[in-house]
Amino acid sequence: MYGLLISIGVLLLILVIWMVYRIQTLISVAKGSDKKIATTSNKVNAILFMVFLIGAGGLMFWYSFKEFDNYQLPIASEHGIVTDRLFWITTAVTGFIFILTHILLFWFSYHYQYKENKRAAYYPDNNKLEVIWTLVPAVVLTVLVVSGWKAWSDITSPAPEDAHVVELMGYQFAWDIRYPGPDNQLGDYDYRLTTATNSRGIDFTDKNSFDDFAAQKVVIPKGEPVLFKIRARDVLHSVFAPHMRLKMDAVPGMPTRFWFVPNKTTAEMRQELGDEEFEFEIACTEVCGNGHFSMRRVIEVVEPDEYRKWVAEQEPFIKRNPELVADLPAELKELADIYINEE
Amino acid sequence: MAVANVSAHDVSNHDHHDHEHKDNFITKYIFSTDHKMIAKQYLISGMFWAFIGGLLSVLFRLQLGFPEMDLSFLRPILGGWIDSAGKLDPNFYLALVTMHGTIMVFFVLTAGLSGTFSNFLIPLQIGARDMASGFMNMLSYWFFFISGVIMFASLFLEKGPAAGGWVVYPPLSALEQAIPGSGLGMTLWLIAMTFFIASSLMGGINYITTVINLRTKGMSFSRLPLTIWAFFLTAVIGLLSFPVLFSAALLLVFDRSFGTSFYLSDIYIGGEALPNTGGSAVLYQHLFWFLGHPEVYIVLLPALGITSEVIATNSRKPIFGYKAMIISMLGITILSFVVWAHHMFVSGMNPFLGSIFMFLTLIIAVPSAVKVFNYLTTLWRGNLRFTPGMLFSIGLVSFFISGGLTGIFLGNSAIDIQLHDTYFVVAHFHLVMGAASFFGMMAGVYHWFPKMFGRMMDEKLGHVHFWLTFVGVYMVFFPMHYIGIAGFPRRYYSWTNFSFTDMYTDLNMFVSVASIITFVAQFIFIFNFFYSMYKGRKASLNPWQSNTLEWTTPLHPAHGNWPGEIPSVYRWPYDYSKPGAKEDFIPQTVPLSATPESNLPHENKLVQLEKEIMAEEGDVLVANETKES
Ligand code: HEM
Ligand SMILES: [Cu+2]
Ligand SMILES: [Cu+2]
Repeated sequence: MYGLLISIGVLLLILVIWMVYRIQTLISVAKGSDKKIATTSNKVNAILFMVFLIGAGGLMFWYSFKEFDNYQLPIASEHGIVTDRLFWITTAVTGFIFILTHILLFWFSYHYQYKENKRAAYYPDNNKLEVIWTLVPAVVLTVLVVSGWKAWSDITSPAPEDAHVVELMGYQFAWDIRYPGPDNQLGDYDYRLTTATNSRGIDFTDKNSFDDFAAQKVVIPKGEPVLFKIRARDVLHSVFAPHMRLKMDAVPGMPTRFWFVPNKTTAEMRQELGDEEFEFEIACTEVCGNGHFSMRRVIEVVEPDEYRKWVAEQEPFIKRNPELVADLPAELKELADIYINEE
Repeated sequence: MAVANVSAHDVSNHDHHDHEHKDNFITKYIFSTDHKMIAKQYLISGMFWAFIGGLLSVLFRLQLGFPEMDLSFLRPILGGWIDSAGKLDPNFYLALVTMHGTIMVFFVLTAGLSGTFSNFLIPLQIGARDMASGFMNMLSYWFFFISGVIMFASLFLEKGPAAGGWVVYPPLSALEQAIPGSGLGMTLWLIAMTFFIASSLMGGINYITTVINLRTKGMSFSRLPLTIWAFFLTAVIGLLSFPVLFSAALLLVFDRSFGTSFYLSDIYIGGEALPNTGGSAVLYQHLFWFLGHPEVYIVLLPALGITSEVIATNSRKPIFGYKAMIISMLGITILSFVVWAHHMFVSGMNPFLGSIFMFLTLIIAVPSAVKVFNYLTTLWRGNLRFTPGMLFSIGLVSFFISGGLTGIFLGNSAIDIQLHDTYFVVAHFHLVMGAASFFGMMAGVYHWFPKMFGRMMDEKLGHVHFWLTFVGVYMVFFPMHYIGIAGFPRRYYSWTNFSFTDMYTDLNMFVSVASIITFVAQFIFIFNFFYSMYKGRKASLNPWQSNTLEWTTPLHPAHGNWPGEIPSVYRWPYDYSKPGAKEDFIPQTVPLSATPESNLPHENKLVQLEKEIMAEEGDVLVANETKES
């Protein structure tokens, strides 16, 4: 049914094109205008460029301002303020060039349209101009790059010693979250140890792992440095926390990291936006298969006190599932039992 | 130089005679060694692939714009990829995106653009009988054809074609367990690309040797039209970068089929730990983008070359800053090899490398800016004729500005953290690469159609086609900037899972509708193209009053291009509206000695030299004639 409709539509379209085409050739032959150059259509095209400039330019401004609050994501990390400032500075600079060059492009097209008795200027080069418009962009770009480079160096510098560590492991199609527990040291892992009960392949012969615990949400404190240790178990994934202005690929066999300082709690953000449902989110931005579009986790930013309280409440892996350390050698087992029996 | 020319004339003269006697349908239209026919073969193939690629994009835009829509009506074409509820399969969505990218980048904008216009214009504009090796040129096309057949076949596999994105990053592309498309579909992708690379290399070698060796007398490098400079540099880039893609693909084949671990390490998938250790997924990205970034210039440079020619001709003005244009193209050529890792700022590579590549990337924006300013100055005080070719060239300049400027955001690694793999990148490269190169291709078709088929395309339909496409492309890609700034990730089947992306359904719908309109508008072109091929108005010999050599050939040039001697060249190709001259153009074949009224002071000095060359030419002619009789 649809197929029939579509083919009829296409057929009609072709017919219309053909008719228009025939009619206008006949007219142009009758008028003898097919040999002229300064035709009405030349003029119409010139005018259309101006119409486009004004129409499209107006639309762009109107939409950019009207929608600003919609496309501008709230920022919730300290470096995000810096990168967003860079973004808007770049927008101002490029926006200016964008508008200027387009005004010139379309204005020239309109103004210098073909006239029968006119002759174009013979103007093949001008070294001074060339040098100017090589140097000016070079200088502007240098300024932009240097400021970008400073920001980049700060963002990618080693994390502070006391950063709170959270491990994010991507797999098809979710993120597994692991905390290092009170010692702030994640236990070793080896992908060959992965099983149904030990989905992260944690090596429980490493005693750093005894207090490690899992979480369903990334809970982090406001105003303190947080270090994401990122890895992947099967294919590439990428951690994207849009409000934190944070992105880093998760690569099997090559752990990566990203540290940042969240500067707004979830509650503050809810209040600011007047949206009680608001959550910070993590998405995946490296195509990883069927469920790529659904790898969601929530980040909950809380006050530092609240964070410490939350950490203290969590149960280590081995407490939840003592099986995991059942086969450890005696002295390690003893140590593990302390964690298991802890109240 | 002179020697090479003389012998080339000789040899091809023979060719020329041979062909007139024994051309049959197969040697003329199928296994042709005539560069003009091969160019047309590339063009028609390119149009076919553009249709397929466009159709795929309409399919996934339906999903993105109308996520609730019942797509059952597509079941006759897509079969099992539409589930019982009328929904598109997410795996197939990824396959569509992947195939769309692969087809557009390689088959349409590389083969369709370079293949068509390098083949068609190099011999005609430098004054050669044919390519250096007509046979290799034919092989180049047929390797491309085979590549296309294989890629096309992969669309119909039960498990679907490759689906890991056009960049096919491993491990996703290496492991069949990870996604169905990484099975036979990926194998066929790799085979097809191998043929494609071989085809590109054969084409490229031919373009380079032809430009270096077969230029006609007087056609020095400083008199080459900018089209030829662009094709030449494009071929150089291709020759240096495609082999790297081949090695990337080869290692991927090893990893897929022979158990090696170049890219694979520490993988647990499908309930099983794989034995591979020590490989690096990031290594593949380095190899891929070492081709991938130059590739974007392989796609763009020919379009810029075509535009330079079309804008100069239709502004009736010399291109402004001919030398600066060449230098910036040379700059782009060299720099394009040292910026690849800007695609990998957040891939986990060393951040120090990120800093280096940020600096190198922003340097490449400078020659791009110079080119834009030169185009603008060429229009300034011109006498503009809005032929469809000219309209599309102006459109290209607009897209090049819009898309190039967003490159400055992305090249800044600090800003790219947020924008990487969002729709902002999609907007960037579709404008600067997709739309700009597509417009370059269209400009080329409209401009050289009379030379290809001896008839004119209809101007008014061309105008309508331009305006619909120009406005359409902006309607499709401009909104993507907002969507990208809002953080929408690429290659998402649906956005409703996240609250930060659970909006802009209206804008996405708008984009989808615009893309369908733009796609349908292309049928105006298809109609115009095929109708004019047979029924168009007969073209005059030099319909645009252009200076370059191709317009000195007969209306339907035979194999060999010029019936008699190849004309010699006495001046650069941009003597438009020269003060003192009667006409507003002076073809390259007009000697300086014939135009004393318009010569510039330094040109008057060259007149003497020119006379000597003409005398020598006379001797050669006599010598040739005695040889032949
Ligand atoms: C002004 C100069 C340019 C700069 C500074 C620039 C910068 C960049 C950067 C940094 C990216 C990576 C963005 C990301 O993935 O996060 C990118 C992506 C891309 N650029 Fe450009 N670009 C420029 C011009 C061009 C041109 C002229 C073309 C093509 C003709 C082009 C085609 C592409 C493509 C195809 C991608 C995306 C590839 C993909 O991820 O699938 N760019 N550009
Ligand atoms: Cu993913
Ligand atoms: Cu690039």
